[in-house]
Amino acid sequence: MTPVIELSGLGRAYGDRAVLRGVTLTVAAGQTLVVFGPNGAGKSTLLRILATLLRPTTGTVRVLGSTLPGEAWKARGRIGLLGHEPLLYRELSARQNLRYHARLHQVDPARIEQLLDAVGLARRADDPVSTYSRGMVQRAAVARAVLHDPELLLLDEPRANLDPAATEHLEPLLRGERGGPPRTRVITSHDPAGGLAEADLALGLKGGRTALFAPAGDVTAAEIGELYR
Amino acid sequence: MRVLGALLRKELRLELRTLESVPGMALFSVTTFVVFHFGLNRPNIEGDLAAGVFVVTILFAGMLGLNRLYVADQEEGGFDGFLMAPVDRTWLFVAKAIALFTYLVVVEIVAVPAFGLLLLQPSILPVLPSVIVVLLLANLGFAIIAALIGAIAVHTRARDLIGPLICLPLLIPVVIGSARALEPLFTQGGAGTLETKWLLILGLYDLVFGLLSVAVFDPLLED
Repeated sequence: MTPVIELSGLGRAYGDRAVLRGVTLTVAAGQTLVVFGPNGAGKSTLLRILATLLRPTTGTVRVLGSTLPGEAWKARGRIGLLGHEPLLYRELSARQNLRYHARLHQVDPARIEQLLDAVGLARRADDPVSTYSRGMVQRAAVARAVLHDPELLLLDEPRANLDPAATEHLEPLLRGERGGPPRTRVITSHDPAGGLAEADLALGLKGGRTALFAPAGDVTAAEIGELYR
Repeated sequence: MRVLGALLRKELRLELRTLESVPGMALFSVTTFVVFHFGLNRPNIEGDLAAGVFVVTILFAGMLGLNRLYVADQEEGGFDGFLMAPVDRTWLFVAKAIALFTYLVVVEIVAVPAFGLLLLQPSILPVLPSVIVVLLLANLGFAIIAALIGAIAVHTRARDLIGPLICLPLLIPVVIGSARALEPLFTQGGAGTLETKWLLILGLYDLVFGLLSVAVFDPLLED
């Protein structure tokens, strides 16, 4: 299968502080990589590098066939990110936010209505995001992240702030169901059992280094739990 | 143009919704004119003093707009959303410059009459078309510099200080050019005529810094 993500000796530092060190892995098209690790392990930094928002300090990064950061422009628009921040303007409504992103990504406006329905926000779509609960903001953020039907979806603790009903409602979108070929996903998680259940590959980070990288079937929840000790 | 339209619509919608920039800038201008009206201890001013007071007041009012220009993008993740889109990043600079230019025009619609009423000795009406030309060129120069520097300043902790500190020295040619151009227009009886050389200087400044900003804006947004 064609690799969508190829990392070789990836490192990233903020000043003198190294956040990621020597991360090497390959993720094929349609696979789901779940990244585990305690706070500060480098999970979010890894996602931001894959999203072309941060430059690697060392090593090589290829995403969707483009070498980052030099060819990042080729990959932009094919990646979706659901981060800790919803990337939504609070004073605009969900519909206005989605219209704004749809214009940037040249997405058919009909897709906006389809997604508002899919995330259960159709009735509140014209209210400012600032009036939403945290769960509703997360639902709007999910709609924004998948609006342009990205080939690679980066999800940073995507079920945070969602109640069980909302999680179930959003599962098809979070699972990455799409019309074309299956979506490749990278998900950060603190839930060993839940994370392994949806993973093809598991990556454990500790102190910015790779503590484990293996097919999810070869890893146990107990091994993941060890990362947090 | 699709991208520019989307960015501009977003900018203006946010301002209309929050009213964070324009009302503050207009209120600052009018309040400053009131303070000068009483502080200068003279009923009216004209000539170089009038031009200086007006230009500097608008400049500092513009700084309030500069400080808010990228805040929503920085605080609400708009930068990241934009940076991940497959678009030319220069459009963000163009949209920010047009938005700030628009804010300045709206502020001046309030500030010019207030200045005429509170401070200026000759009536501004006979020379209003010339004043508008000078202000449009000055606004453009200010908007270009502010849109560029604002993108740098917003990533710093002391953005409210860094923006003006970098902007003010860069805007000295705009201050000199617009004040010198307005000086004869604000002279007793409006007798003075607009000197073309100051318009050319302002126009050249706008052109040079406009091109320079377009060239450096994209690398500025990189991590």
